Amino acid sequence: MDKTLYTIIVHSENFAGLLNQVTAVFTRRQINIESLNVSASSIKGVHKYTITTWTDKDTIEKITTQIAKKIDVLQAHYFTDDEIYQHEIALYKLATPALEQAPEASKVIRKYNARIVEVNPVFAIVEKNGISEDITSLYEELREMGCVLQFVRSGRVAITTSCFERVNEYLADREAKYFQSKQQEEA
Amino acid sequence: MTHNIKKNIAPSFQDRLGVRPDGKDTALITGAEALMRSLEHEGVETIFGYPGGAIMPSYDALFDHTGTLNHILVRHEQGAAHAAQGYARASGRVGVCLVTSGPGATNTVTGIADAMIDSTPIVVIAGQVGKAFLGTDAFQEVDLLGITQPITKWSYQIRRAEDVAWAVARAFYIAKSGRPGPVVLDFAKNAQVEKTDYVPVAVDYIRSYMPVPEVDQEIVAQAADLINKAERPLVLVGQGVELGNAQEELKTFLEKADMPAGCTLLGLSALPTEHPLNKGMLGMHGNLGPNVNTNKCDLLISVGMRFDDRVTGKLDTYAKQAKIIHFDIDPAEINKNVKADIAVLGDCKDTLKAVTELLKPAKHKEWIDSFLTYEKVEEEKVIRPELHPLGKELTMGEVVRAVSDATNHEGILVTDVGQNQMIAARYFKYSKDRSIITSGGFGTMGFCLPAAIGAAFGRPDRTVCAFMGDGGLQMCIQELGTIMEQRAPVKIIVLNNNYLGNVRQWQAMFFNGRYSFTPMANPDYLKVAGAYDIPSCRVTSRDQLQRAVQDMIETDGPFLLEVCVMEEGNVLPMTPPGGSVNQMLLEC
Repeated sequence: MDKTLYTIIVHSENFAGLLNQVTAVFTRRQINIESLNVSASSIKGVHKYTITTWTDKDTIEKITTQIAKKIDVLQAHYFTDDEIYQHEIALYKLATPALEQAPEASKVIRKYNARIVEVNPVFAIVEKNGISEDITSLYEELREMGCVLQFVRSGRVAITTSCFERVNEYLADREAKYFQSKQQEEA
Repeated sequence: MTHNIKKNIAPSFQDRLGVRPDGKDTALITGAEALMRSLEHEGVETIFGYPGGAIMPSYDALFDHTGTLNHILVRHEQGAAHAAQGYARASGRVGVCLVTSGPGATNTVTGIADAMIDSTPIVVIAGQVGKAFLGTDAFQEVDLLGITQPITKWSYQIRRAEDVAWAVARAFYIAKSGRPGPVVLDFAKNAQVEKTDYVPVAVDYIRSYMPVPEVDQEIVAQAADLINKAERPLVLVGQGVELGNAQEELKTFLEKADMPAGCTLLGLSALPTEHPLNKGMLGMHGNLGPNVNTNKCDLLISVGMRFDDRVTGKLDTYAKQAKIIHFDIDPAEINKNVKADIAVLGDCKDTLKAVTELLKPAKHKEWIDSFLTYEKVEEEKVIRPELHPLGKELTMGEVVRAVSDATNHEGILVTDVGQNQMIAARYFKYSKDRSIITSGGFGTMGFCLPAAIGAAFGRPDRTVCAFMGDGGLQMCIQELGTIMEQRAPVKIIVLNNNYLGNVRQWQAMFFNGRYSFTPMANPDYLKVAGAYDIPSCRVTSRDQLQRAVQDMIETDGPFLLEVCVMEEGNVLPMTPPGGSVNQMLLEC
């Protein structure tokens, strides 16, 4: 089956143990998580997870509904690359002698708009932030020149292309409906 | 951390508890005492449990509440979990289990997993070592939350006495709402002894949890439209109808559009057996008609069932010719196994009613009559030989039918797992709802005896008939002690064939008759029953059966009836594993 890179964005309450529950959905089906990023979201008390994985449409739908099912998960949605604006940051440790000997390396770094953030006689550290494909391409090109000592990339952070925060709307809607039903009960 | 706490307690309850009008208790109480009061606040009447070191403070608090909380001491924590399940399935209420830490807690894991897959509401309260000992490999310490995380709807470790009221309220709300399921509360010992200002809490809203999806009227209209146009509709009835108390709505739904129905194992009593539109059981050992006609219908309507692999057989050839409407409360079930054309999300009590209103009265006489051919074939080749065998040896089926007759088809059937389960499900007759309690999705052997105890406490007004094989009885045989102590009126019927029957049948059919460790040596069950002071009787021939069954039903209290049945009997018909739902074997 054809595999696509999907990005799942999950919003949950900020409780311990939730990350385990979310990743368990993947483990159970033996689906590999490509990258994982967790941090506080813009909404107070709500945490955001950005998870990327290679899989097919059928599976991603099932995984997403199963994550959304967990108590304390507010919402879970999946997106393809064209439905989100995504960014990643990566650090490349390059051997300074190799860097000095290959003028091509500097050209490549400039081409990708990466920055050199540290230089010393042993190694130089290049930092790039941008979309996942560019980070991978820069790495491949530098590796071919034989100057990469170490490479690390962060998980992806992504923002949807719609103009409002869905979760805020969802929460407001839930509160409104609950108070409405309470008023109806008391009436 | 803000919890969604609502302080709305009925005044009469407050009076009973001696709580001040502003909701605050007059004195600080221990976490254990808070647990007892919270359970009472939730309306709990029965607890199944077993004490131990880490839960002792709670047992001490319980000692003062025995007037309101009826605690049943089991003989193994697994028994407590299954009893809580049986109680929940029979009564529709939340089953409650109280056990200690470490091995006590891990002994309930099987029951929790069983409850999860069969959507049974239970709350398991397990003791845990004190906060200071957590993570130190202390005596009887185990990471219960870690172990049960995949098999619970929710779990929480109570480390402070002030969290007790909230945790219990949340636990019960989650266990019983939406698609029910098990919840585990890990109660640290320090939280049990520390004092707190107890204020009763009720939870009816969790912002991240929507137990019942909103009904989409547009979808309801589409579904009704499809049904109105169908010429050969078939309805699959699942446990969801029982869980939603939608038995009446289901009947009206079926009758208005004149649609035949097949029931899953757990949905068997959602529609009375004798109802003219009830065409029998679905699944691997179900009735021929509904299984074959699944692949002949033009519209398949699933209500509260999840297309389990035992029901569908090979998915590649399952109902490919039909449009499918799936009524379910859990959005994650839609399209999980079978793609639905229309998914009607919501509580089936409401959705069935909504769709029925838009249905046009119809008649499908020819389609319904088409079931008769299969009924005739099955009657001749399978049912008659099972219920009226020509040989001397007793079949399981004739015993089941005899017991069902003796209870006027109003008994609650509890089964173990295997041949006894399939034969009992097929040949027992159901006239009331919530009449079958069986381990469906998990197939836990040993489930029957403790679950039957739970059912007897859940519905003391009904006759509980517990069918098990010699294998299943021995798995939880220690619960005979509970039955003895409680004089629980469980009618235990042991269908003894000296084999692990179902596995033997598969070995005969698929493994060249190599009976690898399926023959089993059995003790004298009458002596065992006698040791437990339980009246008993053994039947070895047909002429003894009726009398023995009568004695069993008429005896007040528990009874053990051992019936020596045909040793190599087979359950038929059967959809072989990996087979197509419409290709059932009628002989093997």
